[in-house]
Amino acid sequence: MVMTKTLIFKNNEVINKSEIPVLEFTEFERLITDTHFRVANLFINQEEYKNNMYAVIADDINAQLYIASTIVGNEYPSLTLKRPAVHMFEREIYENYGIRPVGHPFLKPVRVNEGYEFLKSDDLQSHEVAVGPVHAGIIEPGHFRFLCQGERVMHLEIQLGWQHRGVEKMLKNNPNIWLAESISGDTTIGHSSVFARGLEALSGMKVCKRAQTIRKIALEMERMAIHIGDIGAIAGDIAYLMAANVLGVTRTLVINTMLEISGSRFGKGLMRIGGVNFDIDDELKTKITNMLEEVDTRVTEMCDAMFSNATVLSRLENTGLVSTKKAEEIGMVGPAARASGVVVDCRLFGDYKNFVPVSAHNGDVWARAYQRFLEIKQSKAMILDMLEELNGKLETPEIKTDYAPNSMCLTFTEGWRGEICHVIITDKTGAIEQYKIKDPSFHNWFGLALAVRNNQISDFPVCNKSFDLSYCGFDL
Amino acid sequence: MLKTLRTVHLQKNQIIKDIRGREIKPKFRGIPVIDEKKLTNLKECQKACPTGAITDDKKIDLGKCIFCGECARLSNGAITFTRNHKYSAAKREDLIVNGEINPIAAKEEIVKVFGQSLKLRQVSAGGCNSCEMELNACSNANFDIGRYGIDFVASPRHADGVVITGPVTKNMAKALEDTFLSTPEPRIVIAVGACAISGGVFQDSDEIDRTFFERHPVDLYIPGCPAHPLTIINGILDYLGCK
Repeated sequence: MVMTKTLIFKNNEVINKSEIPVLEFTEFERLITDTHFRVANLFINQEEYKNNMYAVIADDINAQLYIASTIVGNEYPSLTLKRPAVHMFEREIYENYGIRPVGHPFLKPVRVNEGYEFLKSDDLQSHEVAVGPVHAGIIEPGHFRFLCQGERVMHLEIQLGWQHRGVEKMLKNNPNIWLAESISGDTTIGHSSVFARGLEALSGMKVCKRAQTIRKIALEMERMAIHIGDIGAIAGDIAYLMAANVLGVTRTLVINTMLEISGSRFGKGLMRIGGVNFDIDDELKTKITNMLEEVDTRVTEMCDAMFSNATVLSRLENTGLVSTKKAEEIGMVGPAARASGVVVDCRLFGDYKNFVPVSAHNGDVWARAYQRFLEIKQSKAMILDMLEELNGKLETPEIKTDYAPNSMCLTFTEGWRGEICHVIITDKTGAIEQYKIKDPSFHNWFGLALAVRNNQISDFPVCNKSFDLSYCGFDL
Repeated sequence: MLKTLRTVHLQKNQIIKDIRGREIKPKFRGIPVIDEKKLTNLKECQKACPTGAITDDKKIDLGKCIFCGECARLSNGAITFTRNHKYSAAKREDLIVNGEINPIAAKEEIVKVFGQSLKLRQVSAGGCNSCEMELNACSNANFDIGRYGIDFVASPRHADGVVITGPVTKNMAKALEDTFLSTPEPRIVIAVGACAISGGVFQDSDEIDRTFFERHPVDLYIPGCPAHPLTIINGILDYLGCK
């Protein structure tokens, strides 16, 4: 069993690079292709003309993480053919380093869109529909190319990269929390907390219990707010305006409470390296509790009406189906994967007591909407529990910038969209050599492309909203 | 049907009636004030500022400020953030302030042409999507910007101007230019958020291209990171000369 040759590590643990086993390529390949566990990351770290390829395997159910590496040259046999889930990683590696995965079935660019020719069909009955990069709403840019037969979508290609701001490079040169908050604004808490935890681990800073709990509360509040807004947006796309309006204003209650905690509706300014900038006192505790009860009543009433409405169900059920098998095969994460019945949730990796993921199973738009309703309920219960645990004093330690040399730290968190993973690698002097970000959208955009196949093109908006993926989180 | 009616009853009226007079809850960071005499560690504050918004003559450039509050924590009370959220300006230099901001002088021709109805096309050019979410929130049942005849439309052909968010990435530069040029004249440019106004936290990135702003002057600046819906709506209303 090749798994035994890997290094088992914990989430947010500092690993010395020399501890990571270097495998022969054939063994490395078996590690990825023979296991049914999820490939959580696959990346290159260049070291004096040597390309070290690292693979991170996650066993979600047993909350176990494995890492191993191999050395590759300018090309290597593509792993995608045997394990489709790594197709995005291989495309990214090819684009960033020019290391070619030989035999990759679809080696198209990830974040570059100039000169790319979209897939064409010789069938005279088919036609193309091009959408974007500027869309018909207040939304980020991305290009969608549909290959249709009549109203039916045969294939969808999603081409991104329009938002590319060079975040990874900027974070490497100047790691600061404000930049981390702006990786993806709707996941402010998710990305900024992962960033802070990574640097804290590398510099050996201790974060007090109270600050850790406040971070977790903020993360769950972020999840609630976006999920509420998203069910509303799904309702808006099928012209069920009642829920669109009601849930739109219910979301306001959650984010306004976030403003009362941190001064920003999105939680910007809350996180700092070493803890949090704002405490939750007894008065705020009561406010949060009252808000949660109010929001719970409103969401439950509205969702009860929405999910028992025949016209709503006829639009959502069996639309945009992603089967469990397919979701696993392409490595989907987050609520979209859980709605397809896959057990994947980073909250299983140790930070939470007795956490059991919820699942809506069916894999259609209904399931992804209902999944959000279930998660809102779950988050509410979790916040109430965590508010009880909130004790001790809030400490704000001095920020340390001397990082462990020749090390690597992988931090995972379950953002509202799914698994967020930041990898920080330091060199011999302890300077940051590489900063790598993986937003859940990295995997899930392909899930959306599969979901709309054989659906009406007019169902694309509601499929898209049910995933609600990040453009800037993907483009970085 | 009964369930729907019960929801209506539970919701009551959610609209903010007095958009012009509404205050934002405590802890909100609005226009910063520097107590010039009390501020002894200007250099330290300048160094800590992630976007270089603090000037040497002890003023803050709201076009760069991301309202993170870091300078306030460092300055021992010499820099404080008020709750004043009305900090939009029609001129770039008006954004460099200490506590007070010049009110926008509504131009006669703008009031005449757009005063009753303004249709805008939004372009996100590298934004982190928080400004976009706040622009969306402007149209929800709380803020309801539509009541003033201001709307976000799907096509630039139907628009009187563009609202830009984000630092304008190289990859979006052409799409932004095309969208703007597709808008019929007379047209206006509104820049929302620190990124659009100055590049914000991304100002040092080598993946951005801000030449758009050299060719097309901005008519209205709405700072923030992200700008609060009340800031956005009040800024546009001031610009249109609404009471």
